[in-house]
Amino acid sequence: MKKSTTARRPSPAGKKAAGSSQRAVKGDSKWELRLYVAGQTPKSLAAMNNLRRVLDAHMPDQYRIEVVDLLANPRLAKEDQIVAIPTLVRKLPSPVRKIIGDLSDTERTLVGLQLRPG
Amino acid sequence: MTTRNKASKKARTRPRPPSPSGTLPKVATGIVGLDEITGGGLPKGRPTLVCGSAGCGKTLFAMEFLVRGAVEHGEPGVFIAFEETPEELAQNVRSLGFDLDDLIAKKKISIDYIRVERSEITETGEFDLDGLFIRLALAIDTVGAKRVVLDTIETLFGGFTNQGVLRSELRRLFRWLKDKKVTCVITGERGDGALTRQGLEEYVSDCVILLDHRVTEQVSTRRLRIVKYRGSVHGTNEYPFLIDEHGISVLPVTGLGLTHESSNERVSSGVPQLDQMLGGEGYYRGSSILATGTAGTGKTSLAAHFALSTCKRGERCLYLAFEESPSQLLRNMRSINVNLEPYRRNGLLQLHASRPTLLGLEAHLVQIHKMVTEFEPGAVIVDPISNFIASGSAADAQAMLLRLIDFLKEKQITAMFTHLTSGGKPAEATDMGVSSLIDTWLLVRDIEVGGERNRGLYVIKSRGMAHSNQVREFLITSRGIALQDVYIGPEGVLTGSLRAAQEARERAASLLRRQEIQRKQREIERRRAATRAQIAALKLELEAAELEAGLVVTQDEAREQLLTENRTAMATRRRGNNHAGKARQ
Repeated sequence: MKKSTTARRPSPAGKKAAGSSQRAVKGDSKWELRLYVAGQTPKSLAAMNNLRRVLDAHMPDQYRIEVVDLLANPRLAKEDQIVAIPTLVRKLPSPVRKIIGDLSDTERTLVGLQLRPG
Repeated sequence: MTTRNKASKKARTRPRPPSPSGTLPKVATGIVGLDEITGGGLPKGRPTLVCGSAGCGKTLFAMEFLVRGAVEHGEPGVFIAFEETPEELAQNVRSLGFDLDDLIAKKKISIDYIRVERSEITETGEFDLDGLFIRLALAIDTVGAKRVVLDTIETLFGGFTNQGVLRSELRRLFRWLKDKKVTCVITGERGDGALTRQGLEEYVSDCVILLDHRVTEQVSTRRLRIVKYRGSVHGTNEYPFLIDEHGISVLPVTGLGLTHESSNERVSSGVPQLDQMLGGEGYYRGSSILATGTAGTGKTSLAAHFALSTCKRGERCLYLAFEESPSQLLRNMRSINVNLEPYRRNGLLQLHASRPTLLGLEAHLVQIHKMVTEFEPGAVIVDPISNFIASGSAADAQAMLLRLIDFLKEKQITAMFTHLTSGGKPAEATDMGVSSLIDTWLLVRDIEVGGERNRGLYVIKSRGMAHSNQVREFLITSRGIALQDVYIGPEGVLTGSLRAAQEARERAASLLRRQEIQRKQREIERRRAATRAQIAALKLELEAAELEAGLVVTQDEAREQLLTENRTAMATRRRGNNHAGKARQ
């Protein structure tokens, strides 16, 4: 019960964030990111927050985040070959990059997103 | 009352997994032979680790487990492939007659390909493998799977750097699979000194099967061993297995007790005189017969006669030729009036010719095992067994033959083996050391006398029957094999033309003797006739004498009477004349 309430709250928030970023940026340089989670676990919440923090700091309003809850849509896991949770997939710009974990290591996250040379 | 009854009934039916005997519930794999050595299959609802080096058949093992489950046991399955795509997998197993696409379409099997590419992945902080769990759960739910294969989950170790997380997640995965009550096969690559590279065996502790692929003297043999099987009795040996067009066959032949039934039925050897030597009736059904001899002594001919007599009785015969091609064998045997072709055509005779070096010994054994199981013959002929040494060591060949003989005996199949003894060695010894396993041992030996080589057949032993101790000359004629008594004279055993000459001499001598007897008989006859004539003459003489004697007697009597009469008459006359005289007195 507790889980379902927490799940409902941040989920629309995530979608709203994605929607607002979409509205804000309409250029070619916008990044498409997809974050795979399985329910609203502390890890996925942390990943969500960490991701937004990093992106807002480095490229505000130039990204779009889609949050995919695999508990709700298990079929989507196949498409991006998701094994670990949480996984952040950078769909655009190509090449596709995957970052797994709660993104608490900002340095590695930036390297993973190729915002900073490894 | 009724509720209590219901409750107790429920309680009685509930204790589910431990079956009455207290053994683990098992799931039949459907892999030929494996269910026998595991005593029923893999542990139900638990993971089994199948490990081995590259190319030993792990994936195939896992796939056959799934396909057989789906097709034969009504248990749908999920294949999680970490190394090959579903297309590749389907292609790989199509040659084994598994139509994966069809099974997938019928929702009996689900294949999920999980690819983890380390170069694409950056790890930052905490993560878990919920994605894998979700995909697995989805696949299991889609087909209602009872069986799951993870091939091979070790690939994950290459995909993630955080091994600690990975290991704890694997532990959770196997726990989760057990809770799901799916029977699981996990494959793992053999590591140095350990069963698997990543120590998967510490997570999967219920059943571990090791596959092995060894090459000895250029011949490869696959072997399977059950390293452990918690809570169950299992065969502990290395069992050879074969991968062919029908999948995997494991051969559970070792470890058989000497418990086979013995038949009292006799079967003809196909050579009447040989039957005569074997207590008059031939071999025992289900016995093993060995025909040894040097090159060209007619071992194959003996075997072919037996094949023919088996087919004539309407029984199936499996002929394994390791020296000749079927057509050559048929032609050669036709030349001695053993025509096997009709039986081959009507399916009673199955000729299987191959080079012994084609397969390893174990593979040969598995193949024979399979053919026998499928064909169900009444007799099996292996011609010759000596060639098996070519595809392994003598000790291996002996072990293999022992298992073959055991297996055939168990099935009550009469087995005939030929063995080529090399010249210079004692004929009573076989290279294979199998003679002690053999019930009836025929030895065909060259006997060289008088500038000729002839064959002599001996029955060295024949268990359970009063067999002949005589040497017979073994003739291969255009009408088949014939056995002849040899001539045993002061000069020893005579065979061939010497025997013929001796026999001719004997025939001449006996003719002479017969003539002599006839002459003597004629003589006696003549004497008898002469004596009879003499007797007749004497008789006549006697009769004449008797007649004469009779006459004399009659005459004498007549004369006597006459004299008497005369005297009387005289006296009478005298009395009348002397009347006066008397008066004068």
